[in-house]
Amino acid sequence: MKHTLSVLVENKPGVLTRVAGLFARRGYNIDSLAVGRTENPEISRMTIVVEGDDRVIEQVTKQLHKLIEVIKINDITEDEHVHRELILIKVNADPAHRMEIMQIVNVFRARVVDFGRNSLIIEVTGDEGKINAIENSLHPFGIREVVRTGKVAMVRGPKHKNGKS
Amino acid sequence: MAVAKDLREVCQFGNLMEVGKKMSGADILIKSLECEGVDTIFGYPGGAVLNIYDAIYRCKKIKHILTRHEQGLIHAADGYARSTGKPGVCIATSGPGATNLVTGIATAYMDSVPLVIITGQVAVSYIGKDSFQEADITGITLPITKYSYLVKDVRDLARYVREAFHLATTGRPGPVLIDLPKDVTYAETEFFYPPEIDLPGYKLKPNGIEKEVEKASEMLKEAQRPVIIAGGGVVNSGAHEELLALAEKLQIPVSTTLMGKGSFPENHPLYLGMPGMHGTAYANYAISDCDLLLAVGMRFDDRVTGNVKTFAKDAKVIHIDIDAAEINKNIHVDLSIVSDAKNALEKLLGLVNEKDNRRWLDKIEYWKKEYPLKYCKDSTRIKPQYILEKINEVTAGDAYFVTDTGQHQMWAAQYLKCVRPRSFMTSGGLGTMGYGFPAAMGVQIAHPEAKVVTIVGDGGFQMNSQELATAVHYNLPLTICIFNNGYLGMVRQWQDLFLDKRYSHTEISQPDFVKLAESYGAVGMRVEKPEDVKKTLEKAMETPRPVVIDFLIEQEENVFPMVPAGGSIDKMLGR
Repeated sequence: MKHTLSVLVENKPGVLTRVAGLFARRGYNIDSLAVGRTENPEISRMTIVVEGDDRVIEQVTKQLHKLIEVIKINDITEDEHVHRELILIKVNADPAHRMEIMQIVNVFRARVVDFGRNSLIIEVTGDEGKINAIENSLHPFGIREVVRTGKVAMVRGPKHKNGKS
Repeated sequence: MAVAKDLREVCQFGNLMEVGKKMSGADILIKSLECEGVDTIFGYPGGAVLNIYDAIYRCKKIKHILTRHEQGLIHAADGYARSTGKPGVCIATSGPGATNLVTGIATAYMDSVPLVIITGQVAVSYIGKDSFQEADITGITLPITKYSYLVKDVRDLARYVREAFHLATTGRPGPVLIDLPKDVTYAETEFFYPPEIDLPGYKLKPNGIEKEVEKASEMLKEAQRPVIIAGGGVVNSGAHEELLALAEKLQIPVSTTLMGKGSFPENHPLYLGMPGMHGTAYANYAISDCDLLLAVGMRFDDRVTGNVKTFAKDAKVIHIDIDAAEINKNIHVDLSIVSDAKNALEKLLGLVNEKDNRRWLDKIEYWKKEYPLKYCKDSTRIKPQYILEKINEVTAGDAYFVTDTGQHQMWAAQYLKCVRPRSFMTSGGLGTMGYGFPAAMGVQIAHPEAKVVTIVGDGGFQMNSQELATAVHYNLPLTICIFNNGYLGMVRQWQDLFLDKRYSHTEISQPDFVKLAESYGAVGMRVEKPEDVKKTLEKAMETPRPVVIDFLIEQEENVFPMVPAGGSIDKMLGR
């Protein structure tokens, strides 16, 4: 099962290497990893999606805790949360197909951010289901390139995941 | 905020601040080490650490030990740390100096040994340019250090040193590396040794364990056939007295892992010996048959458990460990107590009442009688086990024992009688050949008056025999016992048992060890007959110089009992 871990770390050089290295050497599978600064510039948040059963997730969490820079870990899989991912898709779009592609873009409330002679770049934000759906819809036209940010997530309601409520 | 060492303790060497006076990074480093109470550094100089060595030259309070190879110095620092419980401190230059430390760092990491390692680095502006003698040592050692620092600003240096000592010695101990670029050792700032440590992600205080301890006491009360396995965590937290008290109060037999050897007196009737691959038959039977297993400060290494599916299959398992990540890692346990061993055992001791397990102990007595450790005695050839029995006689346990890795290590674990914690040093987790002799130097330097006996194979000794020059230079009165069988014995044993005696590259030639010792200025002795073993040992231990004894032992002796890798521990060969 996929778990979403929300991990607060000190914003220091080398932290990402330590986290990535830990996953590699202990054989855990990272599905995605997104990292960025929080409201406190000294602290970053990593949103890690990891595949594994309960025992694997227990080990992942405990091993992450051992890293000196890791401050707090929350497994928010079961919590009510909002999650988003951003994807850029460069798709073949010769003039004959452009209108059809534009319709798909509208249905998914995506945006066209670049117009080439024979291609478009489309920006989509959403959860995994929506992103997979638009990717599938665009597939027949020929996808040239895909860039995904990985998932970021936030728990709903007043609960504050930096340790205070 | 982590609880830091009391500064009154830290500042025994004087001022923690030098206001208004600028000091170089090199001087700040040495001053910080003085503040931590460091008395000995093991090191090897080089270009990137020139300025640090200049500061060492001026320093009167810290003794510097120069080895002949960086691997020698890190194992020596490790032996110093294991035998004292204090952090071992060492220094090497950038590039090859640093990479030569890697095996020693991994050895210490696997066995939770506190080390503070200082490596030189090329100047900050040269980093990443493939400069002369540049190696990314913080990157290389990332998975084998508890933490590491690359110091880019001299103003961070004192704080990093303070944090490094704190991290290395608290919680589950381990090696911490400080990589120090050459220009930072010249850069100047005011010295300030910070009283506070701010590591928001490093929490030492575990949650309350009262509930778990109470549950454990109930489980112990109900148990009919309990067994304790004690590991290195008992040694590290100094919980040996609590362990003995608990075992006696509840009449529970105790097995000690390789790392836990010495945490329980081995002449005690409740002592079971070592568990696992080369453990005693009675320890393995007891573990396989017990209904409650109390595992203290150990991590269920595969050499202990064998097949995890059949390991202690009828038992409820209670696991006490300071490292939460060890819980449920290899063995799924019924109750976990995340705490240092001493704290948990102290609390547990307060909750339990005297108990008698006569029937269970009778059964164990029967196993001990029926399946003792045994070997075929011989009047003409020297049996390795015989030498160890004689070492027991000559030292009466009043010595530090240091082994290398291989057959002799397992025989030593089986036959040496240790009665004190920190009296047995060995590379347990990593199984490092070449560890024994240099580690013994570190032990002797930490305990100049003590008897230090190192037991090594002819293969492992050749991996770091250059350190004879160091032992002679500092006149360390070590007794170095080479168990010389002309083979890489443990590998040969596997080839013998599992590969139809195809001895592929395990026969190993060697120099004349007596002449080798003499050429370095040490004393060399050779023993070829069993009747000479004891008197040679006695003579060596009376000699106030390093002595190498070349014991020509039975060449194809195997270590038994043996559980084949991955097998159930109650199915032993050569029982």
